[in-house]
Amino acid sequence: MSAPRIRLSDNTRRDLGFAALTAALFLAVTFAFPGFAAPRNLAGLLDDTAILIMLALGQMLVILGRGIDLSIAANLALCGMLAALFNRAFPEAGIVPVFVLTLVAGGLLGACNGLLVWKLRLPPIVVTLGTMSIYRGAIYLLSRGAWVNENEMSRDFLAFPRAEFLGLSMLSWLSLAVAAAFVVALQRTRAARDLYAAGGNPEAANYSGIDPGRMQFLAYTVCGAIAGVCGYLWVARFAVAYTDIALGFELSVIAACLIGGVAIAGGIGTAVGVVLGCLFIGIIRSSLPLVGISAFWQMFINGAVILVAVLLSARQREFKRTILEART
Amino acid sequence: MHPSLLTLTDIRKSFGGVRALAHASLDLPRGAVTALIGENGAGKSTLVKILSGVYQPDAGEIRFDGQAVRIANPQAARALGIGVVHQECLAFDNLSVAENLFVNAQPSARGLVDWRAMRTQATAVLRDLDADFDADMPAGRLSIAQKHVMQIARALTHESRVLIFDEPTASLSQRECAELFRIVRKLRDAGCALLFISHKFDEIFELADRYAVFRDGVSVSAGGVSEVTSDELISLMVGRPVGQLFPKLQVEPGVELLRVENLSRAGEFEDVSISLRAGEILGVYGLVGAGRTELAQVLFGINAASSGTITVAAGRAGVALVPEDRQGQGAVLPFSLAANIALPNLATLAPRGWCSAARESQLARKWIDRLGIKAQGPDQPVHHLSGGNQQKVVIAKWLARNPGVLILDEPTKGIDVGAKAAVHAVTSEFARAGGAVLMISSDLPEILGMSDRVLVMRRGRVRGQFTRAQATSESLLRAASDA
Repeated sequence: MSAPRIRLSDNTRRDLGFAALTAALFLAVTFAFPGFAAPRNLAGLLDDTAILIMLALGQMLVILGRGIDLSIAANLALCGMLAALFNRAFPEAGIVPVFVLTLVAGGLLGACNGLLVWKLRLPPIVVTLGTMSIYRGAIYLLSRGAWVNENEMSRDFLAFPRAEFLGLSMLSWLSLAVAAAFVVALQRTRAARDLYAAGGNPEAANYSGIDPGRMQFLAYTVCGAIAGVCGYLWVARFAVAYTDIALGFELSVIAACLIGGVAIAGGIGTAVGVVLGCLFIGIIRSSLPLVGISAFWQMFINGAVILVAVLLSARQREFKRTILEART
Repeated sequence: MHPSLLTLTDIRKSFGGVRALAHASLDLPRGAVTALIGENGAGKSTLVKILSGVYQPDAGEIRFDGQAVRIANPQAARALGIGVVHQECLAFDNLSVAENLFVNAQPSARGLVDWRAMRTQATAVLRDLDADFDADMPAGRLSIAQKHVMQIARALTHESRVLIFDEPTASLSQRECAELFRIVRKLRDAGCALLFISHKFDEIFELADRYAVFRDGVSVSAGGVSEVTSDELISLMVGRPVGQLFPKLQVEPGVELLRVENLSRAGEFEDVSISLRAGEILGVYGLVGAGRTELAQVLFGINAASSGTITVAAGRAGVALVPEDRQGQGAVLPFSLAANIALPNLATLAPRGWCSAARESQLARKWIDRLGIKAQGPDQPVHHLSGGNQQKVVIAKWLARNPGVLILDEPTKGIDVGAKAAVHAVTSEFARAGGAVLMISSDLPEILGMSDRVLVMRRGRVRGQFTRAQATSESLLRAASDA
């Protein structure tokens, strides 16, 4: 028996390549602006990217199962408003009930998406386009269009995401914990492996006793729960809740997934890749002002990176097919 | 020990009134390969899906090792030890080979997937099979043959004692088939009960110990392979009167309208030559995957040929194709009947680019009358029509162009008897009026009843040409299935 060869899986190779690209970007920015690599600045970068990381990981689950969640930012905004109103009504309750409330409410909103996709077999993009508007509308009904401002929020409520521990904010620590949990869970839980299988080939999954619709339902529910908690974090971090918070943010979240190597057709993607995708967006976002380029260029660069990433992965697949056909 | 490992008695299964299995019985002894034979639509695939837990039978009994069992879902089939090697190679291209073997049954320790155990077990099974790929390989990079081996390995990792091969050799080369047979024999000698579904008689006689024949959802015969000849098997498969029903009109063939010489398209069909004259109906028979639809697509210009020539006589409006996938490729379902019929005729209906609803309606009315399309009127959306009437719309839209050559691909698949007769009548009338028809069909009575000549294809090549007088069920089936 020969010694085991070290062979990197396609996923690992893609993640390493993208990590190198992200590192190169980071070094380039640091070379131009040495202050960029200062610990203080990096902590700020992570803090700015933390919510995007958590949302993108949730979104990734949905995309892995051949779905998409356009309602993710509306869910966040609705749960954020719920958290703010709850806090205003019960300022002494502390933040544990706020976490539970947003987790459950977000989970239920996600489950609604999931049920519509699973049981009624509606196309995910249509379902979540509809619920996106419904959830936004619900915020207006809930708050009657009014804002909840900083002076109406309790001290605990505002302090949690900003509290510092070992130089990083709680928000940053939370996103790192969620990312670590995702890395382990996606690789090592049977439910996650079934999700990859269902997204890769729903028909074959059916023959293996996996219900692809049920996997989509679970993915939407988890994604919604994450969005719900992020709603609280967002409102507390920016110290304001109103109807339009995180408006359009779902597109940044989906972009982060695609840049991070998640296949829009489902079944392919890693947690590490998604986190890198978020950091990539974060670095560009925080370095552009330094370079003195307008925010418009950020959108332009994000878009260009998505197109290049998708083009590269399509080329890669085509290349493999050529090899396969040449051999058989 | 019970002599048979798996016994099915009187299995019945219907889908919304369509009977797939009526009185299906099957007996799978240990240490033997049983060949399951039947025409397309005889109920073989339904039986496989029942055995793999995807469908539930409406009635009947399944006994495993003498015990009555219910196969409620794919996990139950796996738990019993029933494994299936599917024709379509259901693989997860995005996952590694090891994961493919263990999907939904991953070995785990303390709630987490144990990748090391998974890889070790997968490697052991692959080594047993002498597979030429390893457990870490992404399944997407395997060839079709390797994917078959992977499916066998998948069955073996679950300690399957019953293995079902659903036309496994349909897309394999000679060498790959030999490799597959070696594995099948090895499993048989290890005491497994094997069910081998195949259209290829040489394979059946080479590999199988026993046979079972299904016809129209009924098991008509079973026994030892050494006791039958391929002729007997074919007549058991067909076993029904043919003819009469079809309104074939006698037409003297006229000028040549289509000439195809040495036409090939890489990987699909090779070296096909056809001469088709006015007034003729040429039947093209073959099994699924013989390259017939691919040929039609090249003749119609959807795909380009890799070599060869196609000559179409000048005069009438070229070649028309009524495709097999009526709903996906034939009709635009949400459009009205009039809009569908107008689509290929816009050049005449709207010569200056302006569409006229009145002219479209008028044309549609004419064809509704002529083909007896049952619809409320020209404005009804096509998806509200029955399958037979949808097919008439697709035929009408092409006939309205007055083509020289009409290609029909499985023109009566899945439509009722009345509509079928109407489609046949229109086809005959088109030929009588000087058109040439190329009719692809897997329906033997239809081929025999309608064709002036029959061309049989197998694995992308023409394997026989028969005149109307020469063509019989037996001769066509033999040419189509390597007997």
